[in-house]
Amino acid sequence: MLNFSKIKIILIYFSFIVISLFCYSNFSDSKNIFLKKKINLGLDLQGGSYLLLEVDSTPLQNRQIQSKVIPLKKKLIEKKITYTNFKIKNNKIIFDISQDDKEKFDNFFTDKNNDINTFLDKYRSFELEYNLVNNQIIIGLSKNGIINLNTSAVDQSIEIVRKRIDETGTKEPSIIKRGSNRILVELPGVKDPERIKELLGKTAQLSFRLVTDNKTEFGNEFFTLTDTQEKISVSKRIILTGDNLIDANPKYDNINQEPIVAFTLNRLGSQRFGQATSKNIGKRIAIILDNEAISAPVIRDSITGGQGTISGNFTFQTATDLALLLRSGALPAPLSVVEERTVGPDLGQDSIDAGVLSLLIGFILVIVFMIIKYRFFGLIANISLISNLLMLIGFLTLLEATLTLPGIAGIILTVGMAVDANVLIFERIKEELNKNIGNNIQAFDLGFKRSVITILDANITTLIASIILFIFGSGPVKGFAVTLSIGLITTLFSAYFISRHLTSIIVLKNKEKKLLI
Amino acid sequence: MKKIYNFNFVSKFKITNLASIFLTLISLILISFKGLNYGIDFKGGTLIELRVESDKITISDIRSAFSNMNLGDLNVKEFGKKGDYLIKFEKKEFNKNSNIKTIKENVVSKLGVDANFRRIENVGPKVSAELLNSGLLAISLALGAMLFYIWVRFEWQFSLGSITAIFHDVLITLGIFSLLSLEVNLSIVAAVLTIVGYSMNDTVVIYDRIRENLSKYSSSSIEDISNTSINETLSRTIITSVTTLLALGSIFVLGGEILKGFSLAMIIGVLIGTYSSIFVASPILKYLKVSYKSIAKDEEKN
Repeated sequence: MLNFSKIKIILIYFSFIVISLFCYSNFSDSKNIFLKKKINLGLDLQGGSYLLLEVDSTPLQNRQIQSKVIPLKKKLIEKKITYTNFKIKNNKIIFDISQDDKEKFDNFFTDKNNDINTFLDKYRSFELEYNLVNNQIIIGLSKNGIINLNTSAVDQSIEIVRKRIDETGTKEPSIIKRGSNRILVELPGVKDPERIKELLGKTAQLSFRLVTDNKTEFGNEFFTLTDTQEKISVSKRIILTGDNLIDANPKYDNINQEPIVAFTLNRLGSQRFGQATSKNIGKRIAIILDNEAISAPVIRDSITGGQGTISGNFTFQTATDLALLLRSGALPAPLSVVEERTVGPDLGQDSIDAGVLSLLIGFILVIVFMIIKYRFFGLIANISLISNLLMLIGFLTLLEATLTLPGIAGIILTVGMAVDANVLIFERIKEELNKNIGNNIQAFDLGFKRSVITILDANITTLIASIILFIFGSGPVKGFAVTLSIGLITTLFSAYFISRHLTSIIVLKNKEKKLLI
Repeated sequence: MKKIYNFNFVSKFKITNLASIFLTLISLILISFKGLNYGIDFKGGTLIELRVESDKITISDIRSAFSNMNLGDLNVKEFGKKGDYLIKFEKKEFNKNSNIKTIKENVVSKLGVDANFRRIENVGPKVSAELLNSGLLAISLALGAMLFYIWVRFEWQFSLGSITAIFHDVLITLGIFSLLSLEVNLSIVAAVLTIVGYSMNDTVVIYDRIRENLSKYSSSSIEDISNTSINETLSRTIITSVTTLLALGSIFVLGGEILKGFSLAMIIGVLIGTYSSIFVASPILKYLKVSYKSIAKDEEKN
């Protein structure tokens, strides 16, 4: 165990030096692709906001079920299936059929090529499922149907979320999909996430519809204007939606200096808006945003240029936000924040300071203890400990890992536990020396050989625990698993190669002299 | 120069085992009846770390600033430095009219001085349930993986012994957390997993030696072999515990308030883990009547 070939020695120190050198790139501004690598600071250290958003797909499910009604009725008539008591309740389509039609219904509903109940290839299941209770058929979305809806809503939302966050000028946000119905947003350096949360909390579904005199519910909806509290009846027919907008900006109204939002429509939007406004001069047009009527101005002239404005009791800030929302597009479904963790920059800096100080002190304590306990060989253990730390930091840089406060704790813990490998070796050598006094080489050789298995066994158990933590942990705790796992690997390397090699140099030079460990 | 330990550990097994059983039972009773003080990670709710740069503000001012906002069960405590407070409340979900922004504005206007909201955490009910489940799953998986590893590397008696020791360590650590009403959050799960790893590590070192000595002194009793093995590895056991505790102590004292609970759990765990590898894991081999013969037989079968 004490004989190292030249190649082995070169390889050991070469890999040590290469990995350790990456530590340096954390302090360099070089654009070189190797020197560019840096350890990222977690949100708990640099300050920032972690938001977990969830898509509320209930309105989408509702819409999806609604959209099935007319085609389904048509199909039932076409297939000569008589239905009675047709209704929609709790996102379920419910109707009665006769005993004889049950099989006919099942045949068409579970046919993979039917155009109502879509077969989702991705999930190998139908979008809808039905239950038969006596003669009543209850149709609802299947589990995979809901997942499919959620997934497509999340996919659409991610782009819009990114646009909205980019518009606020946040640097390097990370926006990723989590599971089927969640989006994880990380905003480093953001001090006050409230504005972003507000912006993400609105779907910003905008529609322009005519105000009618008709007071019946058929084809109309009732709203209370948010600016004047006036009750109005609005047609369900939509003239324009936010999708037809290509630009929106906050402005001050020329006449009364009130903040307004000026918008520009695309070609289709301009045509429709032009037609609608020229036909309905003198009537009022309601501007509906997320189920609230924000204003209902009178159409004075036909608007054909594709330009228009929205007024509605805005402050300049709310007008700016609305313009931003309209520019970035509407979310398909509302998003709600289900988990938030925000750390201010000064707390982050305090954490860094405390973490670094405790690392330094912990390190010094361990080093002093090893020197007192093992004298000269303590020095070897300490050299191996320092190289261990350098490699650990080098690896973290190479992987561009995220360092969190628990991650720093993981490094300190590595320092405490790393000497274990050296202690196991030294104690074993001690025992062997006691047995064969005068034969250093044999004692060291045996000592290393016998302790290696124990060292492996002991470290693998901790490694298993920290890998599991890495898989299941979330946020900062994951950082602990990262540093601890990498720390265990560098510990094995430095104990098995570096301290063994250093020890072999000493032992081979002092073959006869009594060595005290 | 060379110290060789020769304590009679085996003679103490009876009393220490009774103590361990007693402590484990007490811990189980505490955990099931008094319960664990779950933090917002597992219970849902909101946490705010607040810094007020004014000598006139007291903890009761802070409390009254947060009251009357329908935030549910409210808990305010001083947190590290003077002027730093940790506020926790039950409210999990916010809406347009009652959210963190309105809470901030209300608190600042009621206090009459500027307040720095250094940290805000909010965990909704769904997420907290998921975090608790995944935490429990992670710990169970870690225990299962340890069991499997030891089963592959050693004989079943060793597996049983080490897993008993781990349960002992985790239960007593959590029992102490329950007794002192210390908060259990995500970082405690990390600590428990690390304790599992550390306790295993400590046990494995002694077990390795026991197995080696079993074949070396095949005619000796398991009691003698356990005692010899524990004594032979005692120096290492102590030194490693000391260096690990030095590192953890440094985190506990200097690492700031956020790491206090985590490092305390680890310190307790390391102390109990060290104790259990000597006084729990080893006696179990004796009770299971492990001998050179039984090991050799098992190995033949494989």
